[in-house]
Amino acid sequence: MDGNLNAITTIFTEFYYWVTVVFMFLIHVGFCMYEVGASRRRNHMHTLMKNIMIIPLVSVTFYFFGWWIYWAFPDFPLFGGLNLEAGSANLPWAENMATHLGDRITGVFWAAFLLFSWTAASIVSGAVIERIRSSALWLHAVLIGSVFWIIDAAWGWHYAGWMVRELGYHDAYASGVIHAIAGGYALGVIMVLGPRIGKFAADGTPRDIPPHNPWMLVIGIFLIYTGFWGFYAACNVPLISPEAIGGQITGTTWTATNIYLAPTTLGAITFNFIMSLSGGLMAAYVVSKGDAFWTFSGGLAGIITASAGNDLYHPIQAMLVGAVGVVIIYNLHYWVERKFKLDDAVGAVAVHGYAGVVGLIIAGFLLWGAPSSPFEGYATVNPLGQTIGAFIMFFVLGFLPAFIVSKLQAAVGVLRIPEEVELQGLDYAEHHAYEDAMAEITEATRLHLAATGK
Amino acid sequence: MSTIGYDSWAVDLADVGAVYPLQGWEVVMTVVGVAFWIGWHRIQYVRESAHLEAARHAGDEEKIAKALERY
Repeated sequence: MDGNLNAITTIFTEFYYWVTVVFMFLIHVGFCMYEVGASRRRNHMHTLMKNIMIIPLVSVTFYFFGWWIYWAFPDFPLFGGLNLEAGSANLPWAENMATHLGDRITGVFWAAFLLFSWTAASIVSGAVIERIRSSALWLHAVLIGSVFWIIDAAWGWHYAGWMVRELGYHDAYASGVIHAIAGGYALGVIMVLGPRIGKFAADGTPRDIPPHNPWMLVIGIFLIYTGFWGFYAACNVPLISPEAIGGQITGTTWTATNIYLAPTTLGAITFNFIMSLSGGLMAAYVVSKGDAFWTFSGGLAGIITASAGNDLYHPIQAMLVGAVGVVIIYNLHYWVERKFKLDDAVGAVAVHGYAGVVGLIIAGFLLWGAPSSPFEGYATVNPLGQTIGAFIMFFVLGFLPAFIVSKLQAAVGVLRIPEEVELQGLDYAEHHAYEDAMAEITEATRLHLAATGK
Repeated sequence: MSTIGYDSWAVDLADVGAVYPLQGWEVVMTVVGVAFWIGWHRIQYVRESAHLEAARHAGDEEKIAKALERY
């Protein structure tokens, strides 16, 4: 850190990412509350534990190999080999991946990506509540959180990723690289897992399984919104000079950039975050006729739909994109549910998956011709590149691996809990122990009163 | 003697890099860490299987009815 300007920039960047990580922790708090609120009382503790344990399992695996994938895979395998040189500084035995006074950024940058990993895994967790074995979900959490999403990030969310260079793929705030892939992954799991008992009538008509605590859902979704602010900030490089970027930008004006090192501002994305949230909420309220669940989720879906291009959109465009996305995903959710008898307990496939796909394609048209990168030789943003990108995110890296792994788990009987347990509820042991303890202490107290004659 | 390689901070920080104990043993620490992770999955899987198998045969209809009423 030679010189005061370098020192201040480095410390500012370190603190900036640290703050985003703390904010993003609220996403996971929100997901936990949302899932528990949506589950029935007899499944509370297991639903909570299922989501909480995503944190350590994805964290340690992201440390062991996930972070290395991001740096080694930008061209692998279609456009070159593994980038072992870039990867070597991000292996778990590299000095930079520890307490190192000469590197203040790797730790916070790693953590910012890690919090995205938790989010991807947690999105899948919500769709499968009340019937998946925890061990099965945790394997999926490691796969989506520390393997598949970070491969897609290396390809399409990296300044040198092949999807950016060859396709002009543009996904500044992760419509595809987090949400489309996680939604596609959730779809692959629930197609094999099957619906909860009672979800569909004998004639195939879907039944609503209402959340046991709508108020908990509200708090959960508001915490997710709050964490999403941090997520947006974490997607930016906060301050960098054209010289440090080393691309085609001329002059000496320092700027914030998106992950592709293309210029944007924190002010712009703040405009667009709020306006796309608003467009999503308003459209969802109308299309769902004021249904609380869908209105809350619609706000999230609005942001997700606009996220691919929210570094460049006008705020009114962000609002309309969010609104259009919500109308599409709301109708698509119910059509898929009726047609294919799929039980997505929290609407994760729609809110994240379909919204992510729709958002990517819309960005291809709205940003058609815009530079995807500050570097020479990169394709510009275009509808075909965005559509191919959406297919890779949702289907190739999301749906397909989830479906295959779930099929294998189902074949050996380790995917779904037994029917008897589903009926009793996963918390049967805790509830039985609670009731037995309550009965025992009540009886003991009664005997004590009788013996003392009071 | 210091486990972190420095026994005094009378140094130019520009020359200081890693300051954690057991430098040079990073690969071994990684192996231990991965073993801890895989071992955790194994222990959890075995316990969960036993738990679910026991639950299948709990068979107390009154308690199951209560669980359903609890929603």
